[in-house]
Amino acid sequence: MNTKLRWGLLDAVVVVFALVPVLWVMSLSFKTAATLTDGNFIPRDWTLDNYKLIFQTDQFVRALINSIGIALISTVIAVVLGTMAAYAISRLDFPGKSLLVGVSLLIAMFPQVSLVSPLFNIERQTGLFDTWPGLILPYITFALPLAIYTLSAFFKQIPWDLEKAAKMDGATQGEAFRKVIAPLAAPGVFTTAILVFIFCWNDFLFAISLTSTEQSRTVPVALSFFTGASQFEDPTGAISAAAVVITIPIILFVLFFQKRIVAGLTSGAVKG
Amino acid sequence: MTIQQERPAVSDKPPARKKAVLSEGKRQERKLGLLLCAPAALVMVAVTAYPILYSFWLSLQRYDLKFPDQREFVWFENYATVLTNSYWWTAFGVTMLITVVSVVVELVLGMGLAMIMHRTIVGRGLVRTSALIPYGIVTVVAAFSWRYAWTPGTGYLANIFGDGAPLTERASALAIVILAEIWKTTPFMALLLMAGLALVPEDLLKAASMDGASGWQRFTKVMLPVMKPAILVALLFRTLDALRVFDNIYVLTAGANETSSVSMIAYNNLIKGLNLGIGSTMSVLIFLTVAIIAFIFVKAFGTAAPGSSDDGRR
Repeated sequence: MNTKLRWGLLDAVVVVFALVPVLWVMSLSFKTAATLTDGNFIPRDWTLDNYKLIFQTDQFVRALINSIGIALISTVIAVVLGTMAAYAISRLDFPGKSLLVGVSLLIAMFPQVSLVSPLFNIERQTGLFDTWPGLILPYITFALPLAIYTLSAFFKQIPWDLEKAAKMDGATQGEAFRKVIAPLAAPGVFTTAILVFIFCWNDFLFAISLTSTEQSRTVPVALSFFTGASQFEDPTGAISAAAVVITIPIILFVLFFQKRIVAGLTSGAVKG
Repeated sequence: MTIQQERPAVSDKPPARKKAVLSEGKRQERKLGLLLCAPAALVMVAVTAYPILYSFWLSLQRYDLKFPDQREFVWFENYATVLTNSYWWTAFGVTMLITVVSVVVELVLGMGLAMIMHRTIVGRGLVRTSALIPYGIVTVVAAFSWRYAWTPGTGYLANIFGDGAPLTERASALAIVILAEIWKTTPFMALLLMAGLALVPEDLLKAASMDGASGWQRFTKVMLPVMKPAILVALLFRTLDALRVFDNIYVLTAGANETSSVSMIAYNNLIKGLNLGIGSTMSVLIFLTVAIIAFIFVKAFGTAAPGSSDDGRR
């Protein structure tokens, strides 16, 4: 009983530590303009005005569309390319394999800010600046190492012999893939997609450096521009509401796929 | 994907024929392997290697987008300018300080969190779910949360250390930046460490405990040695990640009161100052710093470094 209580207390510390900043932004987003600066952790007056306000402005809605579109497209491309490469790494023997693993590792460690200056100039000259592809390209690049590592770790655990067994039992190549391998590989691919999406959704540095208008600004960048914008008297409420909106998908992922995300993040780590 | 056909045919053929079949299959396998990796490799190299070389080329020029006519090849003049500039070294110091302090604290907290997530007997799902929230949340969102928490009047934390505006004083502002970094990335550290923790055999711990080892002894003598590779991977990734610190500083202080990191001043020189030459010089210097630190890590830890054990594993 005693040990249970002790673990319970430790758990509580972790939960409070993790949730307080999130709850605080939520609290701010529900405060009325009059009580916004009262410093109370729990709002005294609740209101949805901040949410109504941001969804009435193009600035936010447009940024939300950009964020979703850019993150989804980057995720799909990175996961497809990553799956191909990870399959080859975990199943085939070919020259340059360790080179590829090495290169992805280097890119995982690459300081992104080092790319900002050259990419800014390259994209300015090629017309990619301030467009969706202009952001998707660096996102794919930096998501690929993550995708390759996570997926190869997953693929190494798949019992590939089952496929042979299915073919012995009379399944065709296509059937063996569809009914045996694909269902086994799907959870890994799905988990990787979540991790890659979170990565793209989170980015700020590329988004603020390689965009200049609402045409391709993502929400994190739009948030930083709310500050002092004249259309909001006090941007605190609006920023908080927008922050809560872009936190919702993350919270949903974490709630529904906690086990998978933990497995995905820990699988690639130890074994390399 | 109908790739399985091309795998080498194995088994019960006579040795002489087997060899021929294998080499045919081997060639096919190689071709397929290269083909499957080519797109990923091309994208990664095209978007990193080319720009970093281009960046080096730009860094050798005087190139200010506000005065494009004065563009001129100046060799290493920009490097001299940056390396003799006190702002650069202040930012460099700030970056190192943030990196060292946050990584050390995260290692300790992360180890604790990993233990809790791994061993707790109540509410394991709840703890793991909560811990993932800082990992997943957008850094800018978390940074705004901290900023409003520490803003006098608005925030619940602003007055806990007496009056004043913590974000406008250098020491307290840096402490808040570090706090925000730690909050955001401790869970990631903990997850990497937990992967190592899972490798520690229960039997070994039981045996140690039977032999009379205390909790601390079991930790230092049994768990730590087994976890060493995981710890090194976590340290390496977090150190290089912390060196990139940008989002938190941008939102929390905007670099005021000498709280800029190197990423921050590189960004300011480029986007605000439109000085491509100096911005690129800083890009190259940051790249070199990271490369040197990564090199030291990999050298110091040898085979424990990620990726190096990959070959014999197939």
